[in-house]
Amino acid sequence: MNRYPLWKYITIAIALVLGFVYTLPNFFGESPAVQLSSAKATIKVDDKAKSRVEEVLTAAGVTHDGIQLDLNGVKTRFRDTDTQLKAKDILEKAFNPDASDPKYVVALNLLPASPQWLTAVHALPMYLGLDLRGGVHFLLQVDMKGALTKRLDSTSADLRTLMRDKSLRHGGINREGERIVVKFREAETRDKAKIAITDNQPDLLLTELADGGDFKLVATLKPQAQQKLGEFALKQNITTLHNRINELGVAEPVIQQQGADRIVVQLPGVQDTAKAKDILGRTATLEIHMVDDTPGGLEAAQAGNPPFGTEVYNERGGLPLLVKKQVVLTGDRLTDAQPGFDNQTQEAAVHLTLDSAGARIFRDITRDNVGKRMAILLIEKGKGEVVTAPVIRTEIGGGRVQISGRMTTSEANDTALLLRAGSLAAPMEIIEERTIGPSLGAENISKGFHSTLWGFAAIALFMMMYYRIFGVVSVLALASNLLFLIAILSLLQATLTLPGIAAIALALGMAIDSNVLINERIREELRAGMPPQTAISEGYERAFGTILDSNVTTLIVGLMLLIFGSGPVRGFAVVHCLGILTSIFSSVVVSRALVNLIYGSKKKLTGLAIGQVWKHSSATANGQK
Amino acid sequence: MEFFRIHKDIPFMRHALKFNVISLVTFVLAVVFLFTKGLHLSVEFTGGTLIETHYEQAADLEKVRDALGKAGFSDYSVQNFGSSQDVMIRLPLKAEQKTDQIGEAVMKSLAIDAPGAQLRRVEFVGPQVGKELAENGALALLLVVIGIVIYLAFRFEWRFSVSAIIANLHDVVIILGFFAFFQWEFSLSVLAAVLAVLGYSVNESVVVFDRVRETFKKVRGLSTPEVLDHAITSTISRTIITHGCTQMMVLSMLVFGGETLHYFAMALTIGILFGIYSSVLVASPLVMWLGVSREQFIAKQKKGIEGANEEGAVV
Repeated sequence: MNRYPLWKYITIAIALVLGFVYTLPNFFGESPAVQLSSAKATIKVDDKAKSRVEEVLTAAGVTHDGIQLDLNGVKTRFRDTDTQLKAKDILEKAFNPDASDPKYVVALNLLPASPQWLTAVHALPMYLGLDLRGGVHFLLQVDMKGALTKRLDSTSADLRTLMRDKSLRHGGINREGERIVVKFREAETRDKAKIAITDNQPDLLLTELADGGDFKLVATLKPQAQQKLGEFALKQNITTLHNRINELGVAEPVIQQQGADRIVVQLPGVQDTAKAKDILGRTATLEIHMVDDTPGGLEAAQAGNPPFGTEVYNERGGLPLLVKKQVVLTGDRLTDAQPGFDNQTQEAAVHLTLDSAGARIFRDITRDNVGKRMAILLIEKGKGEVVTAPVIRTEIGGGRVQISGRMTTSEANDTALLLRAGSLAAPMEIIEERTIGPSLGAENISKGFHSTLWGFAAIALFMMMYYRIFGVVSVLALASNLLFLIAILSLLQATLTLPGIAAIALALGMAIDSNVLINERIREELRAGMPPQTAISEGYERAFGTILDSNVTTLIVGLMLLIFGSGPVRGFAVVHCLGILTSIFSSVVVSRALVNLIYGSKKKLTGLAIGQVWKHSSATANGQK
Repeated sequence: MEFFRIHKDIPFMRHALKFNVISLVTFVLAVVFLFTKGLHLSVEFTGGTLIETHYEQAADLEKVRDALGKAGFSDYSVQNFGSSQDVMIRLPLKAEQKTDQIGEAVMKSLAIDAPGAQLRRVEFVGPQVGKELAENGALALLLVVIGIVIYLAFRFEWRFSVSAIIANLHDVVIILGFFAFFQWEFSLSVLAAVLAVLGYSVNESVVVFDRVRETFKKVRGLSTPEVLDHAITSTISRTIITHGCTQMMVLSMLVFGGETLHYFAMALTIGILFGIYSSVLVASPLVMWLGVSREQFIAKQKKGIEGANEEGAVV
């Protein structure tokens, strides 16, 4: 009765082996590495960059332990930190010859030191949370109201243009809070205007309002449009943050949306919060200038005396360009930039949308300058770069601008991204900040590890003394529980935090309950006079219902914490829930398999090594069977 | 080795009233402390800034206070954290200050008047976040309670679920009472620990109730108090051993876990100790007083449809 079919043993063995393989990477530690990633959206880090890293290092005589290319860039491992620092300097010089204008991010990083075959089966170590590795965590609140007023302001300007184009007389267009109020003198004009606005601005919700002698139209943004605006603002802010954080040289930044209007930024290893905040809060601007193509002007400028009212900027390819100082348009007038294709030539293109004021300026400028070039500049930290400098072919009206020619699809994508990412769509505010020093991180790891270790040791010692062989079985089951738990966490690539480690310890402390329940049940059955084999199977069977019930209540708690918890509590909850699931498997299935292996084949079993089973003289005093 | 050599069922129910009076007194005391002293909430809930710094030598707290005072801060609290070298500075939220710059401002002022400080940790929590966390925490507690009541009512009977939740909520209040009395810092991780304790001690009551149900079904001729006595006595060794093991783990956290895990482990320790007491000695009498009886289990079986699982739902 206490025998498992072979397939069960094999399943358990496979589970254990898998558990072992996926737990293994956590024990290899990390080796120092240098990571090369792109600092600009227009530069791609690919195989070419990888081979160049190899060439540069070989030329400098620096030995490395392997180069890999992944989504984050090219990562090179080194034997020790000295070599790592040396290699960083060499790569920095080779890839960023102009230190004031870095094209690549060269950052120090740590890579898991586990062997290649483990990485090949996606057995990776758990990702350490900021409280364990040190770094900065920011929670940013995006000001959606700000985005909304910005949008309404530009819409009011559009409405003014619309009224003028349709020659409808109005008595003023103003934004009042989160609505736009348009005044009219006659009801007739108002009705005409209403039709015109509905046709032109499908995102607006119009209501009529009679106020004394005035006829008013009140326009608000439709809820769907507001939602879309919010999503757009958040996405654009995240893109912008990505670009800016690249400059900090952080190896693996985390930038994620949280909830409807928040962004989490985590920068492992960064200690300088002031600089990080400065970079997060900075604004970049977009400017359109005219190109000065006067013959000889550029040469004069490069010689040191630029013609009056001009400046030299570098194009993306590195070519210098002479640009007039006067700003034609700024990025404030740009409402959107999307990659696409030219309708006629099917060339890759970027479609820009300008607001009405911008459109008017743009129409005037293009009409006067057909055949000349204009330059689109991205100004960041007071330094400008020419994103593109197209030739004006015709007058462009309507605020829809297309930039095309000499562009690949990916370049069009990058340009659109750059144009959009230049500035933040909505203002942001830091509402939560956590900085953890690196020494505190290391301390937290060792504290968490030691509490788990000594707690486990104490439990193991007690269980073995009290329950003998069954105690050993329980401890092995508990150890397998730990193995499964860490394996699953590694497989999920969960982030391990200090509360997570505490949850692992607590999960072990609670998981032993199932084994105690089983062992006590078996003892009880023995006490009631059952033969050993029956006692084992009855004990497991009866304990199972109780184990299930008690674990479900604990699981309810875990799930609630998972849903409502945030930050550190969520880490705790994830481990707590997973720990309950693995503990049911290991305490019931794994321990049973071990007991079956030990006792199952013994036909004439007279006793179990489950510690002393004490029977009182009147065993049936309470009317038990 | 066998710790529990029990000859007869221990007559727990004879002392039921005493146990409940003890726990009622503790409960009332806890509530009194909660109201008079209140919880010392961490910055996570109140909003504010928390800065942990480390000095090479024992830190001079007076100097640190002076430095902060000179820099124009007010209402700050400066304490040692774990060792004499570590200093914890807490600053409340102030409307007029630019909140996200406080960390740097404090370090700057320390560098002038109390030099040698090394920044270990900064936590800044804005007012929105704190309020939300407190609300979410309360909501989580409420839903845990509802979830457990429903589950137990479904698996056992409403009397069991009501008494289990009363007994274990009173654990929660007692833990909070301890935190109020000693003015220990109540943080998010303590909240997690409190909720974990709730689940854990309900699980304790479940084990006893499981036995109660089994005894009612199997053994005839016992009065309700006798059944409860029997159920508690036959699970007492498991109760003590399990809790002992969990307690060993938690103590290990208390000893080796350092300051960050200190109050987390503390809440668990208190919770586990009171959990044993209340889930066994408070929950069971409550079940008795709510009028649990053998008929409730037997009647179910008689009404049962032939072939249906006795515990399963019948549609």
